[in-house]
Amino acid sequence: MAEKIMKPEEMANVNHTPPLLSGWMHRPVEIKSGIYCYPAKPASLEYVSFPHAREWSPMDEDWKLPPNWKEIILEGLRERLERFRSLKIFMDICVRCGACADKCHFFIGGGDPRNMPVLRAELLRSVYRKEFTTAGKLMGEIAGARELTVDVLKEWWYYFFQCTECRRCSLFCPYGIDTAEITIVARELLNLLGLNIDWIATPVANCYRTGNHLGIQPHAFKDMIDFFLDDIEDITGIRMEPSLNRKGAEILFVTPSGDVFADPGTYTCMGYIILFHYLQSLGFDLTWSTFASEGGNFGYFTSHEMAKRLNAKMYAEAKRLGVKWILGGECGHMWRVINQYMDTFNGPADFLEEPVSPITGTKFENAKTTKMVHITEFTADLIKNNKLKLDASRNDNLKVTFHDSCNPARAMGLLEEPRYIIRNTCNHFYEMPDNTIREQTFCCGSGAGLNAGENMELRLRGGLPRANAVKYVHEKFGVNMLSCVCAIDRAVFPALMEYWVPEVGVTGVHELVGNALILEGEKKRETNLRGEPLPGMEEEKDV
Amino acid sequence: MKLEELLLERASQVLKRWTDLIFDSYPADARRFLRKQEDPFANPVGSAFSREIETFYREFIGPANPEKLSAALETVIRIRSVQEFSASGAVRFLFLLKKIIREETSKEVRGNRISQDELLALESRLDDAALAGFDLYMKCKEKVYEIRAGEARSQVSGLLRRAGLISEVPAWDSEGKKSTLG
Amino acid sequence: MNFIFSIVLSSVVVLILVLIPWIGVGALKLDTLFGIIIPYIALFVFFAGIIGRVIGWARSPVPFRIPTTAGQQWSLPWIRRSPLENPKSTAGVVGRMIFEVLTFRSLFRNTKLQFRSGFRIGYEWEKWLWLFALAFHYSFLVVLIRHLRFFTEPIPGFVNLIEQLDGLMQTGVAPVEGFMLPSVMISGFVLLGAVTLLVLRRILIPQVNYVSLPGDYFPLFLITAIGLTGVLMRYVLKVDIVSVKELTMGLVTFRPSIPYEIGVLFYIHLFLVSVLIAYIPFSKITHMAGVFLSPTRNLSNNSRFVRHINPWSYPVPVHTYDEYEEEFRDKMIAVGLPVEKMPEEEAGSAEEEKE
Repeated sequence: MAEKIMKPEEMANVNHTPPLLSGWMHRPVEIKSGIYCYPAKPASLEYVSFPHAREWSPMDEDWKLPPNWKEIILEGLRERLERFRSLKIFMDICVRCGACADKCHFFIGGGDPRNMPVLRAELLRSVYRKEFTTAGKLMGEIAGARELTVDVLKEWWYYFFQCTECRRCSLFCPYGIDTAEITIVARELLNLLGLNIDWIATPVANCYRTGNHLGIQPHAFKDMIDFFLDDIEDITGIRMEPSLNRKGAEILFVTPSGDVFADPGTYTCMGYIILFHYLQSLGFDLTWSTFASEGGNFGYFTSHEMAKRLNAKMYAEAKRLGVKWILGGECGHMWRVINQYMDTFNGPADFLEEPVSPITGTKFENAKTTKMVHITEFTADLIKNNKLKLDASRNDNLKVTFHDSCNPARAMGLLEEPRYIIRNTCNHFYEMPDNTIREQTFCCGSGAGLNAGENMELRLRGGLPRANAVKYVHEKFGVNMLSCVCAIDRAVFPALMEYWVPEVGVTGVHELVGNALILEGEKKRETNLRGEPLPGMEEEKDV
Repeated sequence: MKLEELLLERASQVLKRWTDLIFDSYPADARRFLRKQEDPFANPVGSAFSREIETFYREFIGPANPEKLSAALETVIRIRSVQEFSASGAVRFLFLLKKIIREETSKEVRGNRISQDELLALESRLDDAALAGFDLYMKCKEKVYEIRAGEARSQVSGLLRRAGLISEVPAWDSEGKKSTLG
Repeated sequence: MNFIFSIVLSSVVVLILVLIPWIGVGALKLDTLFGIIIPYIALFVFFAGIIGRVIGWARSPVPFRIPTTAGQQWSLPWIRRSPLENPKSTAGVVGRMIFEVLTFRSLFRNTKLQFRSGFRIGYEWEKWLWLFALAFHYSFLVVLIRHLRFFTEPIPGFVNLIEQLDGLMQTGVAPVEGFMLPSVMISGFVLLGAVTLLVLRRILIPQVNYVSLPGDYFPLFLITAIGLTGVLMRYVLKVDIVSVKELTMGLVTFRPSIPYEIGVLFYIHLFLVSVLIAYIPFSKITHMAGVFLSPTRNLSNNSRFVRHINPWSYPVPVHTYDEYEEEFRDKMIAVGLPVEKMPEEEAGSAEEEKE
């Protein structure tokens, strides 16, 4: 367990040239603190009936694997090869051209070769060759095949929990090989042996039970909302009345619970509340839910099945409340699940109606079957139709840049909607360099359930490419605010910025909306939603 | 000729050797990428090193601007302290410069065109810089822990304001693994 | 896997493959085996293998719609979408695949040049990868099409056209008419050049070197050997074209016969080609078929407006609202959250508590 400290004579002999000649297959994995996440607590796994829940430590020699662990993995892999064409093809067609090698933020920031997407995939592919291809069975290592051993399994655990499933590599691959698919399957296999990390397993158990990742119970959820209402009343002079679990509302709103309990997401949440209140007098009828109080889905970082189990709540709650359609908040992987999985998982949502904006009458045809609309699509439509009275000068103290979150960018294509809103709510907006935004965006380095605390070094180095681009616009244009449409981003960027670019804050897009929105009958606003004086109000505040 | 002048004259050779040695502290497969990829956004580590190492060197050899000097040093160490290095590994690069300077000037020192004392004085200053490097390394590590602690708080900031309102679950409960779940 | 070992092993294997027909035809006179039987076997293995492969892939379903989107989605009518980078329909997917397969669009992404420092070019090798790959695949294609003249009678117009284009540069620069006959075909040399560069790249770039397997070097070496024997035959140790065509036409019309004397070099060339096509289905070269089935490229981003079915979907245990309310009902009632079931007795007491 103890960290190895080198003796002086050992230090002198450190070979800084790793043996290229021996290749990667024989380099045993070295599990390091600051990089790995704590293992899942048994109670969390048991709560969702996951197998082989136990106390174990990655730093121990013995991981207390079940005796037939190898069979379990190989049988699991066989089953998944039959279920996922993506996996089968990605196992077979890689030509190792190296186009992906330097596209991974963990490799760029840290230099560990096993973080090159091609090699991360080879970790699994080598075992696939050994067990499922004739060439691999006959020629072994010559065909790039290797035996599945405990060391290989440890290597899997260590490196597949160093992938944020951001899909940047898949963009550059000439065959579209997607490391996210490989990581998802590898994590499914590891879960068959109870090898999850706590930062994923416990939110999953919580979400299953209480409806959200942190385990906020319904009365506490309501209390949190009430707390926002107090703050909003202080700032705007208006007491708002959002409804919770109300049957018969037209629209159900689901957002990541991070917005409800963690700064600076909380300000984004206040932005939602203010927007919904503004629209109320225009005939907008929306309810929140304490049961479907989580848009995010850490189940997706566990297995397809767990993703489906957690996702089921959204439609179930929409059906119970009898709403017409669902509006979804700002979140990254939540939207990958909604866009690419939800209808397939838990549809058809034939009890809902095709979404139509009650304010503008716009039909959201692109959400015809899922019946779920992204809030930036919804708000952009409102702004375009001149339905919102906005005072962008209230955000004049901000010089904003926008981070495209991986999933909305590369698993959906939501690029212009948030930008349109930002341009209408802020006067100072600056883009980061082209090869770090839109579809080429760099990950925050903490996605896919890796936003734990114990792996902070990993997160900081993984986030370096993103932070580096922020630093550039900070130095060039004086950017002081990084906006995003993802709750994990909002949770992890403050840490990343504090380390790399301490002068830059983090905001959600709807916080900007909440600030800029001019409400009917509001008092003269002196502060923004964070309680900071508005531009031009600094002195008055002091008096 | 003064040592200072000589080293500035040979800056490009020294810097080339020094950055090469620094990149050599990374796995072979990453080295080429770090060295060759010149786009600062595609390769933040390599480009920062090349840039800051040069600044450090010119400031250190020439008339030093302490702020610029330590800022350059900090940028490099800030990156290395979240990578796969021990404390010694993260700071080792400063001692490498000593070796390079010694080798680059050996001819002149032997020919007494550069005084031994001058070289020793420079080396002592470099030792001081290395010590400062250790301090910076510690500062960065402390920052990492501070961020960890701060984040743990802000992740539940709302709940802390409304203490006692969440259900107890194992993750947030360091002692009882069998609490309300299961 | 050690890259020196990989290279040595691959070269030795290719060398042995050259020696086999050399001895087989040159010394043992097994013309029929090498001229007829092995090519037929190779073709059979190729077709059976590739069909088996594709069926194998196709047997696994595509449970979810997982395209990698590389541009603006189709959402509000006034937002300009990227129909090729983020296709919403089959037409868009076809367009995307055409760009992918014909221009290696994804590899080209690497070449975006930006924020260069000074006059030096960033992204050097990525651009080369795209260029080498393109040169390699297209020259291979041209060579392949040119070879159709051995398998068709009369020779189709497009084969002649391609050949003319391929040789155009040479006829243009030849100082004296008939100075260099047959006219030099650029494609063969481009192919050899590109293969050489791809090999060098694989050896010289540590990241690529590190992940390379013998299976990455072998096909490159094999293709080099095929190209070299081809070039030798065409320009240096000329073989009897008429006899070659007699044999190839015999193969293609299923009336195989061995013409009088072709020369062992031709048999070496033919044998290496046979090995290559038989090897394709079992190696990474299957990417030529696999790319068309890649779910991140061949699906449209339409899963929010067209329902996608997972054929193996099964019901999963969920935590229902009723179970949820059962656990938290009292607390919900206490803060005034609506509930489905108001417990009759407890309802009263809850009210009291609230007071």
